Amino acid sequence: MADIAIRAVRKSYGKTPALHGVDLFFASGEFVVILGPSGCGKSTLLRMIAGLEDITGGEIAIDGRVVNRLEPRERGCAMVFQNYALYPHMSVAGNIGYALKVSGVPKAERERRIAETAKIVGLQDYLARRPAALSGGQRQRVAMARAIIREPKVFLFDEPLSNLDAKLRISMRAEIRKLHQRLSATSVFVTHDQVEAMTLADRLVVMNRGHVEQVGRPLEIYHRPASTFVASFIGAPAMNLVRSRVEVESAGIRFGGAMVAIDPAFAAKLRGQDVTVGIRPEHCCLAAPGDGGVEARVDFIEELGVGRVAYCEVDGLPFAISLDDHTVVAAGDSLFLTLPSEHLHFFDIESGRRIETDAAAPVAAPAASQHSEQTMGVH
Amino acid sequence: MEKRAVFKSWWLPIVFALPQLLLILCFFYWPVAAVVNWAFTLEPPFGGPAEFVGFANFQEAFADPFYWNSVVVSLIFAIVGPLFAISIGLVLAIAVDRQLPGSGFFRFLYILPYAIAGPAAGMAFRFILSPERGLAASLNAMWPDIWNPAKYGEHALALVIIIFIWKWSGYTFIFLLAGLQSVPRALGEAAAMDGAGPFRRAIDVQVPLLAPTLFFLLVTMMTEGFVGADTFGIVHAVTEGGPNHGTEVMVYRIVDEAFKGLNYSGASAQSIILIGLIMIFTFIQFRFVEKRVHYK
Repeated sequence: MADIAIRAVRKSYGKTPALHGVDLFFASGEFVVILGPSGCGKSTLLRMIAGLEDITGGEIAIDGRVVNRLEPRERGCAMVFQNYALYPHMSVAGNIGYALKVSGVPKAERERRIAETAKIVGLQDYLARRPAALSGGQRQRVAMARAIIREPKVFLFDEPLSNLDAKLRISMRAEIRKLHQRLSATSVFVTHDQVEAMTLADRLVVMNRGHVEQVGRPLEIYHRPASTFVASFIGAPAMNLVRSRVEVESAGIRFGGAMVAIDPAFAAKLRGQDVTVGIRPEHCCLAAPGDGGVEARVDFIEELGVGRVAYCEVDGLPFAISLDDHTVVAAGDSLFLTLPSEHLHFFDIESGRRIETDAAAPVAAPAASQHSEQTMGVH
Repeated sequence: MEKRAVFKSWWLPIVFALPQLLLILCFFYWPVAAVVNWAFTLEPPFGGPAEFVGFANFQEAFADPFYWNSVVVSLIFAIVGPLFAISIGLVLAIAVDRQLPGSGFFRFLYILPYAIAGPAAGMAFRFILSPERGLAASLNAMWPDIWNPAKYGEHALALVIIIFIWKWSGYTFIFLLAGLQSVPRALGEAAAMDGAGPFRRAIDVQVPLLAPTLFFLLVTMMTEGFVGADTFGIVHAVTEGGPNHGTEVMVYRIVDEAFKGLNYSGASAQSIILIGLIMIFTFIQFRFVEKRVHYK
């Protein structure tokens, strides 16, 4: 059990900066997922915690001890690699027990602990095999067992599930979660898969281009994305983002031939400014054609089994809408939407940062939403 | 789309291959046939038809204590030289593979000796390690005759082996570095996370995964040690087999007998024995060492 403090950590390769001053704190026993597109620096950050990359600037402390200059073995971390990195010339038992062998644990005790650990991950019948004779999922388990057996203070996972097929990925995800509950070591898990991130994380760190975009609980990030990047990265299909001008007189934004109402106090605050407005596809509501509302022309439909997604065009821009099983539409149809104002997100057009709506309207959310859940007429 | 030239006539491809075929015939098959012929006949030194003598040439070689001396010298040369050349190449390759600052320069530096001809290196070392100059002279002043290859056969043998090692370490280095670079980085990192230091990682992870390369080098280097051009060239340039046959490796003795002693028949018989010896060694290597090589 150990906490990890990352203070103003920077990394550059030659003159190319990869991380620009990252500040994070992972509490003891927490399961943190670092999420971001490839090249955002998430793996680099993980490898710096592990001691596999030098730290260009700032410091990393594990359990209160600055580890910048410590060798990987002195940091008390165990790591699961993306490609498993199993030793191909050793048996499964040899792979799992290598760390103990290096630290000079006597053979009898080593074998006892290998057997114990293999049982945890369900590999007890495969101990004599070589990694080449195992399936992807089994290799993944060996990699996990190799990390577990050291009883580390910190677990580091570098996209460990990305080489598995979809079904296996889901079951391994559950196993990693169970394992964490059982061992309760601080875990840092790097991934580019938002579903993995949402399901595993106690706390989620979203990174982009060497910066931390947002840190928070998964639902918090889903409901209050701190920037347009987070908004479009989390959630599938991605949040619809449109540029619009807040019109103060009518307290709304003009969109898709309709006026979408927003909170008047908030509208007053933004007074005629251009903003990026976001709404998730699953938060768009259908309205009857006569009732007015935002008109969306359906380009094509994606069937998901449970519900479907209509990819539409509004004002010539792409706009996705999640539909339930009962709504039948076809390409070329027009849908009329109401966009509930409590589900609208506003972002600064320059910086892409979130503009808080409830700072302007600190009233209880339900009351505010009821008031604004009406839509303006069509023209 | 595969582009393939198809010859319509049967003689055109043969004409194209002819120069190479002639070269192989003149410099390989013909000499081999001549050696086999000579090994079982006696060529009169002053001309005349060769006389078939059966195994007499072999019996003569086996009866000669100097012949057995050359076998022992060759064995020492072909075992000690390659083992050191491979070990040194391995250490250098592992060091360069860590990609510490300046490793590019050292990589270039370590390959260089291989570009120098054996006899040339031999001449240089004759001066560098001569007993009356430089470091060796100081040592000899303190402990007389601690290093004198002109006087002691063992010292002379050590000298030629050192030259062989110096040159061929560059060769093993290239192969081992290439081998190391094909070992996935993540394996070394995993071992580092498992608590292994650089030395432990080399022994436990890198060397086992280099086994195919090491085995290849063992076979080729031992063959080189027995019959390589450098083996002859170094001995010829540095010691000429002396002192008192102390560095007379089999190839040197064969050339010496054939072209100085004009004993073509004896030299041919010894050549065939040498080829047989290499075959036996290679067989042993494949039979017993290769079993422990993991190719995957």
